[in-house]
Amino acid sequence: MKNNKVIQVEGLTKIFGDFAAVNAITFEVNKGEIFGFLGANGAGKTTAMKMLIGISTPTSGKANVAGFDVHKHAEDIKKNIGYMSQKFALYDDLTVKENITFFGGIYGLSRKRIKEKSAVLIEELGLEKVANKLVGALPLGWKQKLSFSVALLHEPKIVFLDEPTGGVDPITRRQFWEMIYKAASEGTTVFVTTHYMDEAEYCDRVSIMVNGKIEALDTPKRLKEKFKVDHMNDVFLKLARG
Amino acid sequence: MGISVSHISKSYKAVKALKDISFEVKAGELFGLIGPDGAGKTTLFRILTTLLIANEGTATVANFDVISDYKNIRKSVGYMPGKFSLYQDLTVEENLDFFATIFGTTIEENYDLIKDIYVQIAPFKDRRAGKLSGGMKQKLALCCALIHKPKVLFLDEPTTGVDPVSRKEFWDMLKRLQQKGITILVSTPYMDEAALCDRIALIQDGKILEIDTPQAIVKHYPKQIYNVRANNTYQLIKALNTYKHNHSTYPFGEFVHYTDSRLNFNPDDLVRYLESKKLSNIEIEKTNPTIEDTFMELAK
Repeated sequence: MKNNKVIQVEGLTKIFGDFAAVNAITFEVNKGEIFGFLGANGAGKTTAMKMLIGISTPTSGKANVAGFDVHKHAEDIKKNIGYMSQKFALYDDLTVKENITFFGGIYGLSRKRIKEKSAVLIEELGLEKVANKLVGALPLGWKQKLSFSVALLHEPKIVFLDEPTGGVDPITRRQFWEMIYKAASEGTTVFVTTHYMDEAEYCDRVSIMVNGKIEALDTPKRLKEKFKVDHMNDVFLKLARG
Repeated sequence: MGISVSHISKSYKAVKALKDISFEVKAGELFGLIGPDGAGKTTLFRILTTLLIANEGTATVANFDVISDYKNIRKSVGYMPGKFSLYQDLTVEENLDFFATIFGTTIEENYDLIKDIYVQIAPFKDRRAGKLSGGMKQKLALCCALIHKPKVLFLDEPTTGVDPVSRKEFWDMLKRLQQKGITILVSTPYMDEAALCDRIALIQDGKILEIDTPQAIVKHYPKQIYNVRANNTYQLIKALNTYKHNHSTYPFGEFVHYTDSRLNFNPDDLVRYLESKKLSNIEIEKTNPTIEDTFMELAK
């Protein structure tokens, strides 16, 4: 594997019964890249992502994530990536500090390291006043920012974000993206799905899945030129409607 | 009058979910409640559909009072909650038949109203609701909310988590329902959907920030917005945020929307500043505000 390719996928396929949820997709993601993984509901994004994070075995095809083969070393992938989604993020009935300690422990960080990381993280997010409050009591935007930081606790090579900003207010949504930019500028690869097409424009490159296949993959600028439109939304509508 | 809300407040223990909310929706209007999670949208819907009682204030729906006339409201409104609330163990057709029967009607009697939507899920009419895809569930829920031909339709975040294609189809459906004379109150966290409403209320933290037509709301934006672009977006945002004349800096698609605190702002000054921060390929040009710009300015 070349050093700067942190995700390499070739002909990756997942078949359920006689339905190809993911149909021979091929792409690569570079180190430090913000990669947008777009598609309509049911296009196969979640199935593809599950294979990449090592929790679903592909029917056929190859994928190498963070240096590990999804067929042989799924457990190693899990240790080397971060993951957050809108649905599963943090434990509502643990405090901010307890959540950080818990996830730090899961990822095998030492007590000392967890303590250091925890202090830095709480200060960076401005959560000093609520550090001992239950996460369930925090506004959604704070939770999402916290869970993104928690997904980065063990300094993974890649972080997978599944619709991280759904329902979040517009200001917090932008603060969230600043955190993404910061992580990427420090060399972390960000693999993100979103239904906000303005967010697609924040990505270095985006892929658009339609019926299990990747129908487009390029920078937002080149995709807009190719489809002769001004917004990513129109690129999406053109592709997904056929 | 479709809906009238007057000085409504609602608290849950220490949390003030709604603070002195007032607005009116005209009969036949498509009115949008635009705001993020936790703004109080669902609480307001539950009060208007008589599922929750406000601490203060009064409200009417289709000219019925939400307290004294709640039974009439229940007969004359359709409500599609944000969370899928149909019977997962009943089939598509059974769910629809169930809701029709509850309201003393039949699928045949009001089939005209739901036809456009129902034909899309009809091929799956024998499938259990729990086994449908997200988009199909949403269409079935809308059919069930319409089957008794309501005067007023309440839709709580019908498009959250839905992809842009399905969102567009859903809004096309709403426009068609509006043409049939139904008053619609719809909430959404997607600011781009605001432009599709006749009038909107921007809501955050239980308070209404502004009510007007989408066109008028953007016209009231107090400043000139500039699209700024440079070779490195992250460094650009950092530089703009630390510029001493910065009023607001928000990433917006391929650009950053920037407003300056000075009245006599000269973009050349900003170019020089950004160059001093080692940025290159700098472009600055005037642009028009969007609903989202307005929302962020008001919510600041």
